[in-house]
Amino acid sequence: MAKTYDAGVKEYRETYWMPEYTPKDTDILACFKVTPQDGVPREEVAAAVAAESSTGTWTTVWTDLLTDLDYYKGRAYAIEDVPGDDTCFYAFIAYPIDLFEEGSVVNVMTSLVGNVFGFKALRALRLEDIRFPLAYVMTCNGPPQGIQLERDILNKYGRPLLGCTIKPKLGLSAKNYGRACYEGLRGGLDFTKDDENVNSQPFMRWRARFDFVMEAIEKAEAETGERKGHYLNVTAPTSDEMMRRAEYAREIGAPIIMHDYITGGWAANTQLAQWCQENGMLLHIHRAMHAVLDRNPHHGIHFRVLTKILRLSGGDHLHSGTVVGKLEGDRDATLGWIDLMRDSYIKEDRSRGIFFDQDWGAMPGVLPVASGGIHVWHMPALVSIFGDDSVLQFGGGTLGHPWGNAAGAAANRVAVEACVEARNMGRELEKEGKDILTNAARHSPELAAAMETWKEIKFEFDTVDKLDVSHK
Amino acid sequence: MQDYQSSLSDPSSRKFETFSYLPEFTPEQIRAQIEYIVSKGWNPGIEHTEPENAGGHYWYMWKLPMFGETDVDVILKEVEACHAAHPNNHVRLLGFDNFAQSAGAAMVIYRGKMD
Repeated sequence: MAKTYDAGVKEYRETYWMPEYTPKDTDILACFKVTPQDGVPREEVAAAVAAESSTGTWTTVWTDLLTDLDYYKGRAYAIEDVPGDDTCFYAFIAYPIDLFEEGSVVNVMTSLVGNVFGFKALRALRLEDIRFPLAYVMTCNGPPQGIQLERDILNKYGRPLLGCTIKPKLGLSAKNYGRACYEGLRGGLDFTKDDENVNSQPFMRWRARFDFVMEAIEKAEAETGERKGHYLNVTAPTSDEMMRRAEYAREIGAPIIMHDYITGGWAANTQLAQWCQENGMLLHIHRAMHAVLDRNPHHGIHFRVLTKILRLSGGDHLHSGTVVGKLEGDRDATLGWIDLMRDSYIKEDRSRGIFFDQDWGAMPGVLPVASGGIHVWHMPALVSIFGDDSVLQFGGGTLGHPWGNAAGAAANRVAVEACVEARNMGRELEKEGKDILTNAARHSPELAAAMETWKEIKFEFDTVDKLDVSHK
Repeated sequence: MQDYQSSLSDPSSRKFETFSYLPEFTPEQIRAQIEYIVSKGWNPGIEHTEPENAGGHYWYMWKLPMFGETDVDVILKEVEACHAAHPNNHVRLLGFDNFAQSAGAAMVIYRGKMD
């Protein structure tokens, strides 16, 4: 039966609150943590979020009647209490897949975290999780190579990979910078890394850096007989320039490049990831700016969402937090988004902050990168938490070694291998870590010196953003 | 302070991935790693190469991977047989994970002559 046009403002819940709705397998589902203004009923606020992130506007318009709005609208289908926090609630919203352009995380996020985040009826809003249906996953390119192919390319099996971010972050000349890379790689690292803010500054233009670093990689490979890489950061002011740098990295034979996917932008990232896939290049992803979005427990975008965005947009490595280092990261929540990076099917698990089953089908996985304020004493815990499919990255923890970073690298390499050996023997790394490292140091003066240097350093601040289950 | 000893001209600087930064394993240590491969349900496989040709993806396969073999002694015996036949070569043991289509474990058990 045809509807008649009735101008004016209607309550959102009349159209967008549908508790009887059963989400379809092809729907994109979202869970928002909603902090409403005082006195606004939950159903109305949830419906408003559904409306403002899909088809709705503040008033009825005649053109609504030219389409099947009941098909295209987002549907708020459930509301839940947030454990331990009465100021907010979870709203679950289903969006028909037709609302989104295929293969475009840009389009999905423009809807889901667009205007709605400034909506006046809300005091705060946080996108906690998104369920991407397999039908949508299949339209995205995903990681250029994936974990399995990366291991085969690099010939590295049965252990976490080791990296080092070159320090100081800024100010080194290209030749000195290449020296720091060479020392780390020949000492036993698999990768060295440009820091995120190393792009192409006057003190070290990108091209000079690429040339010197490539020599470092080649010499370290010849010397150790192992495959090596350096994450050449191609993040640039324009995507044309980014591609120019990527092309040059390929030309000189670099195995891996790097991009900052949030500051660089998701369109640029997806473009680069597709290029990497076509050109056999590994892609390391840094996440500068993520904490602006994901740290506030009431407002923003949870990192598990940013993780899914990256896996769809494309990247072979993604920084995940360390749990044990200098940066924020709750252990269970971190384990949750590590699973989202690597596994092909992740079940809903509220104890890890995962609100939906997520099926990635055959899309390859992303290696989590643990980086920031970690050193050899953290190694047993890191191997235990992250397992083999990870990159453990020690910047200061390599370069700060009293004998230099070849020795620092060797210390880390001995430590990681000793931990893997012990784990394979059935030993409990987090309990027996000290014994395992002490024993390994008997054959490695480099490790002994590292253990002496960093003995006392700990980071024991409480996390700001905890899982809601553990509140209060 | 100590110098880090490694150079292009010294063949003993060459490494061969996982566990090559640890001292050569004792028989007990080797046995423990084989038990780990078996416990994971991986298929043991043996490969070997002349040390100077260790850089490529493909080493020589020693027979076929031992599909379904769970007897640690049998696996150990094959590693020893490969070593006896090629005493100057690197001999590595792999655990093939057919679900991940990757090696879950890979380690050089006998280190070939590096000079």
